[in-house]
Amino acid sequence: MRYLPKSPSDRAAMLQEIGVRSVADLFSQIPPTARLQRDLNLPPAKSEAEIVEWFRQRALENGNHYTVCLGAGAYHHYRPVIIDSLISRGEFFTAYTPYQPEISQGTLQAIFEFQTMICELTGMEVANASMYDGSTAATEAVLMARRITGRDGVVVARSVHPEYREVLRAYAKNQGVSIAECGFGQNGRVDPAAIGQAITGATACVLIQSPNFFGTVEDVEAMAEVVHKKGALLVVAVAEAVSLGALRPPVEADIVALEAQAFGVPLGYGGPYAGVVATKEKFVRQMPGRLVGETRDKQGRRGFVLTLATREQHIRREKATSNICTNQALIALMATVFMIVYGKEGLKELARHNLAKTAYAVERFRKAGATVLFEGAPRFNEFVVQTKADPYRINDRLLESHILGGFPVLKKFYPELGAGHFALWCCTELVSREAIDYAAETIRTTA
Amino acid sequence: MKTDKIRKATLHVNQNEGLIFEKSSPGKKAYSLPPLDVPEVDAARLLGPQARQDLGHMPEVSEIEIIRHFTRLSTWNYGVDTGMYPLGSCTMKYNPRVNEFVARLPELAEAHPYQPEKLSQGTLRIMQTLSDCLLEICGMDAVTLQPAAGAHGELTGILLVRAWLQSQGNPRKKILIPDSAHGTNPATAAIAGYEIEHLKSNALGMVDLDALRAQLNEDVAALMLTNPNTLGVFEGEINRIAGMLHEKGALLYMDGANMNALVGKTRPGDNGVDVMHLNLHKTFSTPHGGGGPGAGPVLCKKILEPFLPTPVIEIAGDGKFRLNYDRPQSIGRVRAFYGNFGMLVRALAYILANGPDGLRQTTEDAVLGANYLRKRLEGVYDLPYKTPSMHEVVFSDRLQAAKGVKTGDIGKRLIDYGFYAYTVSFPLIVHGAMMIEPTESESKEELDLFVEALRSIAEECEQTPELVTNAPHHTRISRLDEVTAARKPVLRWKPGEQARSAAE
Repeated sequence: MRYLPKSPSDRAAMLQEIGVRSVADLFSQIPPTARLQRDLNLPPAKSEAEIVEWFRQRALENGNHYTVCLGAGAYHHYRPVIIDSLISRGEFFTAYTPYQPEISQGTLQAIFEFQTMICELTGMEVANASMYDGSTAATEAVLMARRITGRDGVVVARSVHPEYREVLRAYAKNQGVSIAECGFGQNGRVDPAAIGQAITGATACVLIQSPNFFGTVEDVEAMAEVVHKKGALLVVAVAEAVSLGALRPPVEADIVALEAQAFGVPLGYGGPYAGVVATKEKFVRQMPGRLVGETRDKQGRRGFVLTLATREQHIRREKATSNICTNQALIALMATVFMIVYGKEGLKELARHNLAKTAYAVERFRKAGATVLFEGAPRFNEFVVQTKADPYRINDRLLESHILGGFPVLKKFYPELGAGHFALWCCTELVSREAIDYAAETIRTTA
Repeated sequence: MKTDKIRKATLHVNQNEGLIFEKSSPGKKAYSLPPLDVPEVDAARLLGPQARQDLGHMPEVSEIEIIRHFTRLSTWNYGVDTGMYPLGSCTMKYNPRVNEFVARLPELAEAHPYQPEKLSQGTLRIMQTLSDCLLEICGMDAVTLQPAAGAHGELTGILLVRAWLQSQGNPRKKILIPDSAHGTNPATAAIAGYEIEHLKSNALGMVDLDALRAQLNEDVAALMLTNPNTLGVFEGEINRIAGMLHEKGALLYMDGANMNALVGKTRPGDNGVDVMHLNLHKTFSTPHGGGGPGAGPVLCKKILEPFLPTPVIEIAGDGKFRLNYDRPQSIGRVRAFYGNFGMLVRALAYILANGPDGLRQTTEDAVLGANYLRKRLEGVYDLPYKTPSMHEVVFSDRLQAAKGVKTGDIGKRLIDYGFYAYTVSFPLIVHGAMMIEPTESESKEELDLFVEALRSIAEECEQTPELVTNAPHHTRISRLDEVTAARKPVLRWKPGEQARSAAE
């Protein structure tokens, strides 16, 4: 086996040193009745060339090189090539959680830079080292709000990603957290007044997403005013991180739960991605997940360490703020490199390209006879399109030209949209004018 | 400084590097966007009050500076690629490069999770093939690949237990957890809404069957058992333990963190385990990435299958793979989409590279390595439990503590010798624990250097203990003030706070 560095004579010498006759003796503590008495029924070992070929075959069974007009929580943006060059350094990707700071300063400093940039972009004061993904970050943010307020209720906007809400339900069910959902108005936004009515004395927090699942930008400021007046906290989920380059940051939120995938993380059929929880300084001790802090060594030199570990499971065990052990360090590193590559000006310009593509697509789709829902509130790079034809039919036709059309499953999640055909479209900077024109024409000509 | 005994490592020039924000200067840039092929928009007009004014202190640097920045940072790290990483319970094995290559094939890496199933047959087949392999390896009936990490898998598994018990009318109240368990176990049980009851280990470091019998009643939902446990000891009575639980209507959860000791030798499912998770980033070679991403598939017996997270992969009548969301008894979902797919690709590539023979040899080499270290270090360091070791061995600092040297100091001194530290002060049932897991990836030569280093450090503990208690000496920074870091947390860079660079 090519990954194993011991020669037969090494093994023999080691067995002799240990003082056993055969390697079987080392497994004698497994009772004979518990042992596997046969070979595992698995494919025989493959050479590297065969492995590559096997996966190439699988790749061919998948779609290839489509124009992606699908978003819905996973966004197709250009990934600068230096991201993979840098994260492929073995010192980064073959290291573990930086328990020994003296030889983990690379990972630690990179996370510190990540935390800093997430704070800059979200308007929060502290950010953690990352969580599994946006859905678990949003869920952990709600549980955090519960610890802070000592209240058990949560009001969730229905315009939050349906799968995020499902995750919240699965986590909350056994913790005595009660979930109330609040619908959206004609403009696609949750109505602060309706939220205000839904909040009771037992409400820990309100969870909204902005841009929401329909791509509509919520009015965080107005929402925060209502929520805070009632003594609850506001949790804002951000699923499309690139939007932060154009949108006013959710500074009035108490906790922001971010999905960082849009920052240079491949779509990868849904993962791995990286979530982040960011919040105000005063809530830091209720945060889940790893945190990196700056400190000094004995000679006064700057260095970074994992800190505030007394919140965490390895110290607090069942009283920890979360059971999370790892973060998504390598994915957070991808996002870190992405944020630095684009930087202060580039993120703005990138976001503006997304706005422009989307504005153009909305106009073209309308001219093609489709209805674009939710007027009267700004959108970022997604929008809900109502068509005469079934979106599955439209998408099938688009596939012939290598275009992945909008997310057609909307009605399953939102029966309240009523009669008609709906799909959620997304136009990032990677969708060309030509593709948009073609999609519009297909919408127009599909019966 | 005494360095003559250090054979593995030599000091070399190490680049200094500030924070990226300290290199920033207006007008520098590392990005290029193609010309916009649609009309420009006025963001302020389009977004109104929602428009962003500026991006604060986000950096502005050039591409070469970014490359140098992270290359320099990387050299301050230590990885499996650098050398032996004996972190017990973490299974820091070699991360094969072909795994990285196939995971980046564009059709896989750029697949959108909501693309139509007919365009996802390759990704779905990969998930199905991996599922089949893991079920065979563990002897279980059904699997979900959705959990993103081990602790996430634990939660999923306990939610399955709860849902099954609930379907019979009573979710019960308690989870039993041995005192040697990882901290994630009790934290998980608490999130799943259970009380935790600790189970004392016996003198051999194993589950005490009498204690288990005494604590087992109709309130117990499950026992969470790590096997081999965190002492590296195989729970030989696992079948009896399972039987005792089942008799009371409770289930056996196995934390598969230490599965690297068992693959090809014994299957949890054949030994009464009802539900378990695997850490693909441990046993199945996906990289730890500086602390993630991982992947924590959960495997279970038939009785728990209806409760698995949605969606599940199915093979339709036409032989095509599909995702089934229609699962009325499901616990729901534990994250968006289907799991850390990229990690699933890597784990499958590892299994295919090994085959049944390679996997068994891997297990044997991992156990051989740990027992070799144990033999060569026993006596030099205290071995609190004499029970035979599987893939890891736990010593204690008892002998060295007499000179005022603690496990954490010895771990830090190992850094000077060119190694990462072992797991310090865990498991909690061993005072001053030194938990060492070499994995199969170390050559005899590397293991011998490690033995030599720990023997040399033991001598230093006798002769010059302060050399050890002040270690490391050869790193770019010395021990950091963690107390101040926690007392006055500085969790982000701020402009104007001119920090002294590491060079000063």
